[in-house]
Amino acid sequence: MPIISTASLARTFQTRRGPVEAVRGIDLTVREGEILGFLGPNGAGKTTTLRMLTTLLEPTGGAATVAGHDLATDAAGVRRVCGYVAQSGGVDPQISVREELVTQGRLYRLTKAQAVARAAELARDLDLTDLLDRRCGTLSGGQRRRLDIAMALTHRPKVLFLDEPTTGLDPASRADLWDLVRGLRDAHGTTVFLTTHYLDEADALADRLVIVDQGVVVAEGTPSALKLEYGGSIDASLQDTFLAITGRGPLPADAAPVAV
Amino acid sequence: MLLHDTSIIYGRYLRQSLRSRFALLFGVLMPLLYLVFFGPLLTGLPLGGRGSSWQVLVPGLLLQLGLFGALFAGFMIILEKGQGVTERMRVTPVSRLALLLGRVLREATVFVFQAVLLVLAAVAMGLRAPLAGVLIGFAFVALLTVSLASLSYALAMKVRTPQEFGPLVNAVSMPSMLLSGLMLPMTLGPAWLDVLSHLMPFRYLVDAMRDAYVGSYTTDHMLYGVLVAVALTVVAVTVGTRVFRTSGA
Repeated sequence: MPIISTASLARTFQTRRGPVEAVRGIDLTVREGEILGFLGPNGAGKTTTLRMLTTLLEPTGGAATVAGHDLATDAAGVRRVCGYVAQSGGVDPQISVREELVTQGRLYRLTKAQAVARAAELARDLDLTDLLDRRCGTLSGGQRRRLDIAMALTHRPKVLFLDEPTTGLDPASRADLWDLVRGLRDAHGTTVFLTTHYLDEADALADRLVIVDQGVVVAEGTPSALKLEYGGSIDASLQDTFLAITGRGPLPADAAPVAV
Repeated sequence: MLLHDTSIIYGRYLRQSLRSRFALLFGVLMPLLYLVFFGPLLTGLPLGGRGSSWQVLVPGLLLQLGLFGALFAGFMIILEKGQGVTERMRVTPVSRLALLLGRVLREATVFVFQAVLLVLAAVAMGLRAPLAGVLIGFAFVALLTVSLASLSYALAMKVRTPQEFGPLVNAVSMPSMLLSGLMLPMTLGPAWLDVLSHLMPFRYLVDAMRDAYVGSYTTDHMLYGVLVAVALTVVAVTVGTRVFRTSGA
């Protein structure tokens, strides 16, 4: 029984210039405890899919279940079992780390005492204890990311959605974050669904990849299976594999840029 | 759950207001300037109502405070959308209505506090009005800010940038102020202006508050004022709730 399954999940936006099909129909399954890398070029529909699966955006077609809760009929159930870290994060720079963590606990309906205890626990697990009384705006990029993830783990979700979690982080912070994600899965069995543009990250972290392009799934499998099938060899780079799948090879050497 | 969630959201934003005490006091500045530099001009003029010119001006200034302040409340949520705070809250089980009500009640608290400061300053300038009437006035300010802040938040959820939001709000607030007779009673003007102003909901609020400030609590003005204020609140909160329920931001 997969923890996430979608069937023709779709979203069309109505704009002044007519309808835009951001997601045309996504079919995918994620097994419990899996780290799934969700890849695709810019505009492929990754964030839109994530926002649908986390109840932020209503699908205009198809269906999905997350940990047994139907997206269309039980949004509240989905919210209870999933955590989400948006690309931009989601903390107020003026508020202290402690206050954000405690308020988040309260939003998940913990009592005041429980929320305070949970904030301390999260701070310990994510190495934020010394930062509790700092304002969120004063944290470094890596610290901010750990806080964002701590916020999303408040209610011990079964599924954690991460939207480009390491964009803008330095190499050491990225490595820390990879360890953190692996640790979460190993210690708590948390299923992690993450989008990324860094193919080394997908290679290092993900058990399985789903590649989307123009709003549909175009390939899926383990990194090595995809390399073999699309890159021509198990030793192919994921970069070449990715380009082969999405059909966006490198430009010919003499092609002049459109605008200089 | 709604009460619990609303109090959490309310607390979060009230603490935010308390952190910026300067902004809290700064909001009173504009009506205070009117009170000190415009108010004395009216003391000898025949304004047509009962009581002193202060009993006519102060209710108008209080509504002006609520009108301008609450209409711009939505700016905050545009910033929060950019920071991802609204989305982060919307993936939690928190009640969507509480996300609106907590914020809107914070606005009402802030503006009633500012209204109290303004009335105290007005008393120093020469206002004399019955306590019950003044308290009724605060209730009107609270209802007005709840409704306008709801509409402002709803609009802010729909627009993408502060650059779109500011001009829209200005286009609403200036004519609302001028056509409601907040500064001077509309009855002083020509008939067409008086008729036009009756299309403005705030006209009924200010008439009711002026009656309250001279101790008349059972007039037609009061009845219409209460009906319009309550209706406006119901409509605005309904619109706001609908937007907060469905909006993707």
